[in-house]
Amino acid sequence: MSEKTFGKGARVLILGATSGIARATALEFARRGFDLVLAGRDREELEILAADARVRCGNGVEIVEFDATNFDSHPDFWHRCGDVDGVICALGVMPPQQESERDWETCRAVIEVNYTACVSILNLVANDFEVRGSGFIAVLTSVAGERARKSNYIYGSAKSGLSAYTEGLRARLFAAGVSVTTVKPGPVDTAMTWGMEKLPLLVPPEKVASDIYRGVRRKADVVFSPAPWRLIMAIMRVVPSFIWKRLDF
Amino acid sequence: MSTFAQRDLAGWGRFPSQNCFATRPEKRREVPYAANDEFVSDIIARGLGRSYGDAALNLDAGVLLLEKLNRFLDFDAQTGVLHAEGGASFADILETFVPRGYFLPVTPGTKFVTLGGAIACDVHGKNHHRDGCLSEWVEEFDLLLASGETLTCSREQHPAAFWATIGGMGLTGIITTAKLRLIPIETTSIRASYTRTKDLDETLAEFGRDGDFRYSVAWIDCLASGASLGRSVLIRGNHAAPDEVSGDPLEFGAKRQKAVPVDFPDFALNSLSVKAFNALYYAAHPDREKIVPFEPFFWPLDAVSDWNRIYGARGFIQYQCVLPFETSRDGLKTLLETISASGRASFLAVLKTFGPQNLGLLDFPFSGHTLALDLPASAGIVEFARELDEIVLNHGGRVYLAKDATLSPENLRRMYPQIEEFVAVKARLDPDNRFQSSLSKRLRIGGAQ
Ligand SMILES: Cc1cc2nc3c(=O)[nH]c(=O)nc-3n(C[C@H](O)[C@H](O)[C@H](O)COP(=O)(O)OP(=O)(O)OC[C@H]3O[C@@H](n4cnc5c(N)ncnc54)[C@H](O)[C@@H]3O)c2cc1C
Ligand SMILES: NC(=O)c1ccc[n+]([C@@H]2O[C@H](COP(=O)([O-])OP(=O)(O)OC[C@H]3O[C@@H](n4cnc5c(N)ncnc54)[C@H](OP(=O)(O)O)[C@@H]3O)[C@@H](O)[C@H]2O)c1
Repeated sequence: MSEKTFGKGARVLILGATSGIARATALEFARRGFDLVLAGRDREELEILAADARVRCGNGVEIVEFDATNFDSHPDFWHRCGDVDGVICALGVMPPQQESERDWETCRAVIEVNYTACVSILNLVANDFEVRGSGFIAVLTSVAGERARKSNYIYGSAKSGLSAYTEGLRARLFAAGVSVTTVKPGPVDTAMTWGMEKLPLLVPPEKVASDIYRGVRRKADVVFSPAPWRLIMAIMRVVPSFIWKRLDF
Repeated sequence: MSTFAQRDLAGWGRFPSQNCFATRPEKRREVPYAANDEFVSDIIARGLGRSYGDAALNLDAGVLLLEKLNRFLDFDAQTGVLHAEGGASFADILETFVPRGYFLPVTPGTKFVTLGGAIACDVHGKNHHRDGCLSEWVEEFDLLLASGETLTCSREQHPAAFWATIGGMGLTGIITTAKLRLIPIETTSIRASYTRTKDLDETLAEFGRDGDFRYSVAWIDCLASGASLGRSVLIRGNHAAPDEVSGDPLEFGAKRQKAVPVDFPDFALNSLSVKAFNALYYAAHPDREKIVPFEPFFWPLDAVSDWNRIYGARGFIQYQCVLPFETSRDGLKTLLETISASGRASFLAVLKTFGPQNLGLLDFPFSGHTLALDLPASAGIVEFARELDEIVLNHGGRVYLAKDATLSPENLRRMYPQIEEFVAVKARLDPDNRFQSSLSKRLRIGGAQ
């Protein structure tokens, strides 16, 4: 996709299309002229999202069912998506940390959805994009992966792993002209955070959506959303461990 | 299980403000679970909270936020019928469909309302005398009951549920989707005509000449007294034709909004003296005709975000009543005199004519004149509003529940003769009285009487 034709008639695949951030992002891309391929496991909801994008933007919208944690199904899923110009991955789950500490199945889901599933499907995407020599990949990780806190380190570690994966993938695909954008939002006002107390710099999903679009458009490596998190995390990263382990958050 | 968050919620008047437990489903299939979650004793739907009083509040109980269920499902360009979810906002509908040449058939004075909320209040606009309430344009809606069942309601299908739910203040169930017929337009401008009147008689006489105008409303100087009592500026208009406007005839939305001059609120709200403002406003509107954009004509206050905060933390009430033609002159006179004598200054008071009543059991409008004004929620406001209620009742009128925060259960029954029929339909649709609000509890609608 050349700079000039960015958007117009191009197809973007959204993994985890029912997510709050993905919903806003899909509409952002549709408004810029992209056709959508919405992937998820909740068919009824995907149909509603597809109808909405069609009525609002008049673009082509397709639905492909995607079972994120059934890794064996990924090659067939990827095949069914057909030709896509870009992929946005918004899969994620964040149950209360204590549940992951006590219950292995919950913990496993955190790891599998936030990390393993993303790696499994993005490997397939990367192999094809690399051969083709074009495309963009945007992956939602999190500021929680920048520095693990005692109250959310299991989710944080999976996101940290995913951020590391995207960094390596970016380096690998650079030569092929495929961009990989790591998106690190702070707290976003979606179902994932609803009911949590006093979240700093809480932003609406539409803000993250427009940051993702601009990031992809300018082939950014890492996007913090909203931007002040870049500085905040830079400071967090230099806090020495002997202090960090004493912080109560 | 749904997540409920403790929230201090209020209506647009910020009076009262109450602790509620709010849940916000993002997916359609979560709604029935949220509605029935045992975490809360009962629950009420809430759109964008633009009702003024306690209609979308539920003290220490559940509130179901519908703002995320705001998707458009289908649009038929032939008929103009939009099928959308209950949480879709009028602002969003306008943003999407005005550039395609369609407009809301009925719009309240703010576009930040949801389709479900607008149906539940059966809102009216400046065109009620011509086009009726919103329900006139609603073909059908899906109503989610406490049982988990969804009824598709229209004039033909489940008509009892249809007529109880429009204007039913969310008490019959949750409007999950609705089909609304939009009207075709050629421009986003109005040929507006301003007419100044010197007293109440002239104002009412002038309203009698509304016939030519699709839209009509009067700003009334509620501080003028004596011989000037009831002096007004009538603001009326029709859709402008393409040859009357320059540039893109369908230009609309965010970009234009900023460029559009705000007609009165912005200086009203900065003005410290209500009296001075009212006098100035009157002086500033000599009789004339001009082409004005939709935005300041239909939603003058939307250009000033959070204007409701000018009344400070104590908030305000909006008092809106309708009086039948036969008694309205007398009733309005007494109301205006009482308000003027009370020294409870109102920034904005509007008057308009209503057309005939529809079949909605709790619908507010009927043929007559409607007066709406803001009153700061200062000490004694409830008693004062009840004084006004007596005047309204003495003249055969009633108040609008979408604005109400002060009515008594007894007076509700005197004002809304079909209330018992409503309660009977509600009991059939919602036998366990799952859907309740602070308003329904205050007015003792449904459940143990
Ligand atoms: C500046 C301003 C001007 C206004 N002008 C007018 C006017 O000209 N004419 C007029 O008629 N009104 C007017 N109003 C009132 C407003 O139009 C109504 O109160 C409208 O219902 C608000 O919509 P909402 O989505 O904010 O509903 P909310 O205030 O959130 O809820 C209002 C009622 O609807 C119910 N409800 C909400 N969503 C649903 C749903 N999906 N299913 C079932 N019940 C639901 C709630 O339970 C509640 O009883 C005005 C309000 C403001 C702030
Ligand atoms: N919200 C925040 O504050 C925040 C902050 C930083 C980063 N993020 C990240 O941003 C992304 C989107 O977040 P969001 O807030 O929009 O989340 P969300 O609304 O909770 O959506 C999560 C998405 O992941 C999917 N998913 C979860 N578990 C799954 C499973 N087992 N199998 C298949 N799909 C599964 C969901 O599909 P279903 O609808 O089918 O469940 C949904 O599409 C996530 O990666 C999240 O970690 C969010």
